[in-house]
Amino acid sequence: MLLEIDNLYVNYKSYWYTLKVLNGVWLKVEKGERVGIIGESGSGKTTLLKTILRVLPQNGIISKGEIRYDGRNILKLSDSELAKIRRKEIGMIFQDPMAALNPVFKIRDQLYDILKYKMTTEGHNPSSKELYEESLRIFNDVRLPDPDRVLESYPFQLSGGMRQRVMIAMALASAGKLLLADEPTTNLDVTIQDQILKLIHRLVVEKNLSIILVSHALGMVYQMTDKVYVLYAGDIMEEAETRKMFNKPKHPYTQLLIASTPRLSSVGVGEGIRGKLPDYRNPPAGCRFAPRCPYVMDKCINTKPSRIQLSAEHTVSCYLYD
Amino acid sequence: MIVGEKKSLQRLQDFLNSYYLRKILYSVVTLFGVSILIFIIARVLPGDPARLALGPRAPEDVVEQYRKLLRLNEPIYIQYFYWLIDVFHGRFGLSLVTFRDVLTDILEFLPATVELIIFTLIIDIIGAFSLGVLSGRRPNSLIDNFVRVFAYVGIAIPSFVWAIILQLVLANWLDLLPAYGRLSLGLEVPRVTGLVTVDSLINGNLVAFIDALAHLIIPSLSLAIGCIAQEARILRASLIENINRDYILNMYAHGIPSSTIFFKYALKPSMIPTVTIMTLDMASMLGNAFLVELIFNWPGLSRYGITAMLRKDLNAIVGVVLVIGLAYTIASIIIDLVVSYLDPRVKYRR
Amino acid sequence: MQESSVNEVKFLELEKKVKRENWKRMWFRFRRSKLSMVGLSIILILLLMAVFAEYIAPYPSHAGLHIAFKNAYRPPSFEHILGTDMYGRDVFSRIIFGFRYAFMMIGLVLSLVTPTGVILGLIAGYYRGTFIETVIVRLSDIFISLPPLVLALSIASILEPNIFNAMMAVSLMWWPWYVKLTYSMTVSIRNEPFILAAESQGASTLHILFRELLPIQLGTILTKVTLDAGWVILIGAAISFVGLGAQPPTPDLGTMVSEYSKYLPEYWWMSLGPAASIVLIILAFNLLGDGIRDVFAGE
Repeated sequence: MLLEIDNLYVNYKSYWYTLKVLNGVWLKVEKGERVGIIGESGSGKTTLLKTILRVLPQNGIISKGEIRYDGRNILKLSDSELAKIRRKEIGMIFQDPMAALNPVFKIRDQLYDILKYKMTTEGHNPSSKELYEESLRIFNDVRLPDPDRVLESYPFQLSGGMRQRVMIAMALASAGKLLLADEPTTNLDVTIQDQILKLIHRLVVEKNLSIILVSHALGMVYQMTDKVYVLYAGDIMEEAETRKMFNKPKHPYTQLLIASTPRLSSVGVGEGIRGKLPDYRNPPAGCRFAPRCPYVMDKCINTKPSRIQLSAEHTVSCYLYD
Repeated sequence: MIVGEKKSLQRLQDFLNSYYLRKILYSVVTLFGVSILIFIIARVLPGDPARLALGPRAPEDVVEQYRKLLRLNEPIYIQYFYWLIDVFHGRFGLSLVTFRDVLTDILEFLPATVELIIFTLIIDIIGAFSLGVLSGRRPNSLIDNFVRVFAYVGIAIPSFVWAIILQLVLANWLDLLPAYGRLSLGLEVPRVTGLVTVDSLINGNLVAFIDALAHLIIPSLSLAIGCIAQEARILRASLIENINRDYILNMYAHGIPSSTIFFKYALKPSMIPTVTIMTLDMASMLGNAFLVELIFNWPGLSRYGITAMLRKDLNAIVGVVLVIGLAYTIASIIIDLVVSYLDPRVKYRR
Repeated sequence: MQESSVNEVKFLELEKKVKRENWKRMWFRFRRSKLSMVGLSIILILLLMAVFAEYIAPYPSHAGLHIAFKNAYRPPSFEHILGTDMYGRDVFSRIIFGFRYAFMMIGLVLSLVTPTGVILGLIAGYYRGTFIETVIVRLSDIFISLPPLVLALSIASILEPNIFNAMMAVSLMWWPWYVKLTYSMTVSIRNEPFILAAESQGASTLHILFRELLPIQLGTILTKVTLDAGWVILIGAAISFVGLGAQPPTPDLGTMVSEYSKYLPEYWWMSLGPAASIVLIILAFNLLGDGIRDVFAGE
């Protein structure tokens, strides 16, 4: 087992109120396994990924839970051990590369720092020539043209696709074992989306990485993953082998989510799900989907359903399968 | 050879199209506008500047002569034209208070103000950045709360009130520092640059140097405190905002040490709004210097200007305001250059 | 037809309700911020004192010229809580009348400057790329290229030194800052779809300026007005302090600091009251302005 998350609770505190976002999330990733997380925007996917690397904003508080990586609890690691993991074991592709690249530093400044600390941790103090060569190498990996210009550019001088490739190159530099990809194609043109996905797919296979791919583009998750988790309002609703999940979804939310996705093969557009995400200041006490669920029962309102193992590769949290 | 020439031509071309040149040209055009504004204030608004200058008791024929000298009987744009030519040649006319050439007066009094402002800027920059960083590094800590209260109070107390308070406490009550002037009686420094601190060092007169520094502290502090408070507050706020941005979290996700992240990747973008506001703070320093120099009997341009204003000495007012306007324009350009260095995006904005 | 007009009425009612709710929510948020409530309360109290100065001041006749040398230089006591000055006048009474001048100054300056600057800024932003824009923006830039206090002092210096001319000088210096603010906001929303839509439907220029472009900016303008109120006092006090504004025996706060600071350090209480009052007004408007900004920023 490479990564195992158990009973994870994360809140955002502000002066006025507390947002109770992650509500006992669990998740497992095997070595070399490709895992997808689907769910609508605002259900806590980004928060979950940021929590794994402990890079939440200052008001984000991990109130309970465990994140075991390679047998060690990430939440209890010393700074130096955590730095090691961040530098060469887990890499993260942030959602919006424009926001995740510092606007007032050249790509070179940011990339060289990343590479420098990674290589230092590997016991080698790199010269600037070595940093340059390493940059060329990883830029080549992500098929980034004209690397010299890119290094000397500020983020705003690059196209969206190039920025995303830079972002992926940075993440890969640190992803020795696990890659966290947060909606890596959201802000891109459709044609480029496909290129980027193929790129990530090829790199993950080539380097035998595990990946957690977060997306609401279901087609992409279907193609690229072995296993899928459904996250809704900070709760894992369902977990299954990818084909099973898409062919025989069990949880009402998953069913509605998949049904509402427009498909080329079908006529018309899906129904959508009525209602909206709950207010995280005061979320439902029981199943967080209960207020929107067509099959809601009395017990759904007050108590959160526990996990039910349907088969070896299928788990669901819903009273319908009790 | 030809390649080199081409390159330098290209560079010239780049400069001509550049952000900097546009900035400078715009400032020059604006300065002409400022000259018109000052001309209007000194020559048009008063109605009869000659009478105003010479006072109600001056004999009519003298006033009439002075009117001719100022070309007041000519159309206004001709007046402006000749006035501008005079200004370009440094001919501001006689000061009606000192009875000397205004340019001579300006050159005599300017260094004291320059010295005061430079010293104020040094205190301001050191104070603002250290307080802002201390406060932004550890939000809600004891020091942060102290800085926040200080920022509120510091901004609300006008410079001339700070001047009175500091003079009263540090000079009169505690007797730590001198209350007036640039140099203690009995000390003399031959004038080279006009900046007493520099001149005393040139002469190797350490006693005078320390004495001059001591005289600078209270006036500079009075001018700097408000600016320090405002800049520290802005720096703190932008640091706290930036530290939660994805581009900072991304650096954390790569295991970059938090001191590198803070002092390199968070501080630089946070300095942009802080340095930008310095244009306004520079303006308030130059304005407040008029009051502070008056309070501390500081023999600078601003005190000369205030005396001129109180006596309606129009020639001197024009000279002083033009020099201050020019200085402010240059300071703004320098600050813009610093901002464009910090934020490369502004160079590409049109 | 019938139904659609019914719907329209319903819609308008709904819109009104939403607006009311918005105000309620903003007031609620404002009240949660304690510092801004403190600022607002101070301003209201001072304003009341200014309006009813004759009834509140213990010695209303001391506001102007009043000489009683036997009472001069008294330190603070029960009869004179902030002491008396060199003519034996009660400093506290004079300060209360000083508030009156302070609020008059704020009211006059801002009511001249805000509409002028805002209208010019709207016009300049709306006619972007035309001669009108160039003239307005250049003109404001010229005024802004001199340090505000220097400009105000030089204007004041050629006028007769009195409090009304000081207000004129401050107003002449201040308007371009509102042009700048409104102009940049107008430019940034000038080409938004809802403006273009209004234009394509044939809305008049006046409608677009005042019903489309202006309302969005009101929050920011209100914030600036509140924060500026404190700075008006500061600039006004500075002009009076050097002697180019209100003249003694006018009970203007800046003039009082100027007069009384000559008696430092022995008779410190004389300067303490007026100086602290200036600081209090500026502080109160800053606190209030910050609260208003937070409320609008959250919207």
